[in-house]
Amino acid sequence: MSAISDQVYVRVLPTEPLPPPAADAGIIGWLRANLFSVVGNVVLTLICLAVIALVVPPLVRFFVIDAVWSGSSREACLASVEQPHPGACWAFVRVWFSYFIYGFYPLGERWRVDLFFLALAFGVVWLCRLSAPRRGIGAIYFFVVLPMLSYVLLHGAPLIGLKIVPTSLWGGMLVTVVVATIGIVVSLPLGILLALGRRSGLPVVKVAAVGFIEFVRGVPVITVLFMASVMLPLFVPERLAPDKLVRALIGVALFASAYMAEVVRGGLAAVPRGQYEAASALGLTWWRLMALVILPQALRVTLPNIVNTFIGLFKDTTLVFVVGIFDFLRTIEVARADPSWAAPNVAVTGYVFAALFYFACCYGMSRYARTVETRLARGRR
Amino acid sequence: MAIQIALVVVIGALAYGAAFNVAQNLARAHIASGFGFWNNTAGFDISQTLIAYSASTSTFGRAFWVGLLNTLLVAAIGIVLATVLGVVIGIARLSRNWLVARLAGGYVELIRNVPLLLQLLFWYNAVLKSLPLLRGSVALPGGAILNNRGLFLPRPAFGLDFSAFLTALLAGIFGALVLHNLARRRRERTGAETPVIGPALGLIIGLPLIVFVLAGSPVTFSMPQIGRFNVSGGIEILPEFAALVFALSVYTAAFIAEVVRAGILSVSGGQTEAAHALGLRSGATLRLVIFPQAMRVIIPPLTSQYLNLIKNSSLAVAIGYPDLVQVFAGSVLNITGQAVEVIALTMAVYLAISLFTSLLMNLCARSAAIAER
Repeated sequence: MSAISDQVYVRVLPTEPLPPPAADAGIIGWLRANLFSVVGNVVLTLICLAVIALVVPPLVRFFVIDAVWSGSSREACLASVEQPHPGACWAFVRVWFSYFIYGFYPLGERWRVDLFFLALAFGVVWLCRLSAPRRGIGAIYFFVVLPMLSYVLLHGAPLIGLKIVPTSLWGGMLVTVVVATIGIVVSLPLGILLALGRRSGLPVVKVAAVGFIEFVRGVPVITVLFMASVMLPLFVPERLAPDKLVRALIGVALFASAYMAEVVRGGLAAVPRGQYEAASALGLTWWRLMALVILPQALRVTLPNIVNTFIGLFKDTTLVFVVGIFDFLRTIEVARADPSWAAPNVAVTGYVFAALFYFACCYGMSRYARTVETRLARGRR
Repeated sequence: MAIQIALVVVIGALAYGAAFNVAQNLARAHIASGFGFWNNTAGFDISQTLIAYSASTSTFGRAFWVGLLNTLLVAAIGIVLATVLGVVIGIARLSRNWLVARLAGGYVELIRNVPLLLQLLFWYNAVLKSLPLLRGSVALPGGAILNNRGLFLPRPAFGLDFSAFLTALLAGIFGALVLHNLARRRRERTGAETPVIGPALGLIIGLPLIVFVLAGSPVTFSMPQIGRFNVSGGIEILPEFAALVFALSVYTAAFIAEVVRAGILSVSGGQTEAAHALGLRSGATLRLVIFPQAMRVIIPPLTSQYLNLIKNSSLAVAIGYPDLVQVFAGSVLNITGQAVEVIALTMAVYLAISLFTSLLMNLCARSAAIAER
């Protein structure tokens, strides 16, 4: 035995693994695989790089380096000896900033708007944090308490010493947020009712729901708003004719409900038949069956789609512009057209500022929808 | 049953109350009802008319048709551009090239998260309105003129008998169809592929071209001229029109890109591998294997994007492009004051367009469905 071990070499330690070929690993490998794998890819990469090199530096120059950051009138943003090529006119946004947020809301009463924003943010966080406690109460707060509180705060109640502020003075971000919130608060319950009506076995209910949903979805949102603002005053007795903002809100609520109904219907369709049958077998009445068994499951499945509908609704709030409401976009338009701020780059700056605001809101919501989606997918696996 | 009766009663009561109030309110404001205004003289100008129209002689009915045609024009051009752009970007998002995929993804995120109305105002007010004034007009190669009143192109005038040209075009299309049928029959019989696209294009474009050349290419261009106050002659492309078409195409393309991406991803990876195993290149795989299968998933959401584009074209009212809403629900409504009739008719037209488009797309979907044997 020992004679053999003298002659045979047995290696005890494994050899070190060789490093992967330099061309396939690390940054170079990644570059090769993702950017320069074949000739076509190289060409595409080069074209993209050229486009980026052409577009990005001028944009940075315009919006940051050459931008005018402070000033109190149009002169600051005009070309002069010191700045032959002035860039974006951020001074314009700074001067008009409070107008963009509050519109003509009286200076002394603006704390009420701030309080409303706070109360709304509180409700949104409570409802959207999936780990937040007692979200049932949160829902009651958001859908019942908050609207009443907001009305008292924003419109005013002389009884408790809050001056009445007519809606014609409201404007800017305040109006955008109010329109979007009302749209959400009204459209969810109404949309659920419409979706249930659409799936109902009662023919009259079904025809009414289908007719409403398909009609509203088949026409442009603008015509719904026109209808609300032009025709609605004709439909009611003259002394009851609603306020301009209220009319627009009714229009928004109408179309938001119709779109929401379709989303909820998708969720209802995703609940397996067995759930209906099991719940009926347990002897639940139709309302209890829906409230306790079907809707909780349907709404959970379709939550990402509901958030996506809210994104659409938030973008569509800009359309109230067309019926003469001073929403955020409209305040930008008004400020932009103001002769005391007539400078070449003011319009671009105003629009880019508005785009940043809408992008931040919508992108945030879509990230939230995606988070919820991955969480749901994990639960279902 | 009780619920249904209650619902009928409530809806009926609401409708009756509304009708009653409308009648009373209109009577008080001395506004007529019915479509009697249809044949009255309109008396307002429209900046873009595809059919003959003049403020002093044309009727409200004529204005309605002008607006409707303008809406359809924007929608048709917008749908074509949005589809092309959307398909390209949707495929680019799935590219193995990291940079291309990222750029396409950035485009989609940026465009989808900013309201269309804001984009429209941006293109119109910030970009097109800052083009040079009439006096500083830019002369483009080929005789075109660009300023902030629009783009003015040379208008070709054919000296040729137009019907000969049209006959050649129709003959070309007919020939292409025959060719397509013959090729399909041959493939079904023998399995051999016959190139169709090249010869078909040759027929459709070539035949009219030959007729044109044989007639001695009798074409004259009327060049746009810069006058003192305006540009005369040539074809005028309004900045409103350009901004609307551009904004609609760019916006809808982002959504179509997502639809296309989802459709392509819905085709299982095994299909790609099988196609590669059969020796197809990646372009042919996409065209012959992936796309036909993805079409079934793509068509329904694509239809709703087309419908959205048509409905969104009503945003024209914000920049003053004379579409149906701006002309009819705007000018005509303001002059006649007959809100109920005008809004109802406008809505009915959009409903009809929507229904017709879905019908058309359903036909497409049927031809894309799997033929199960």
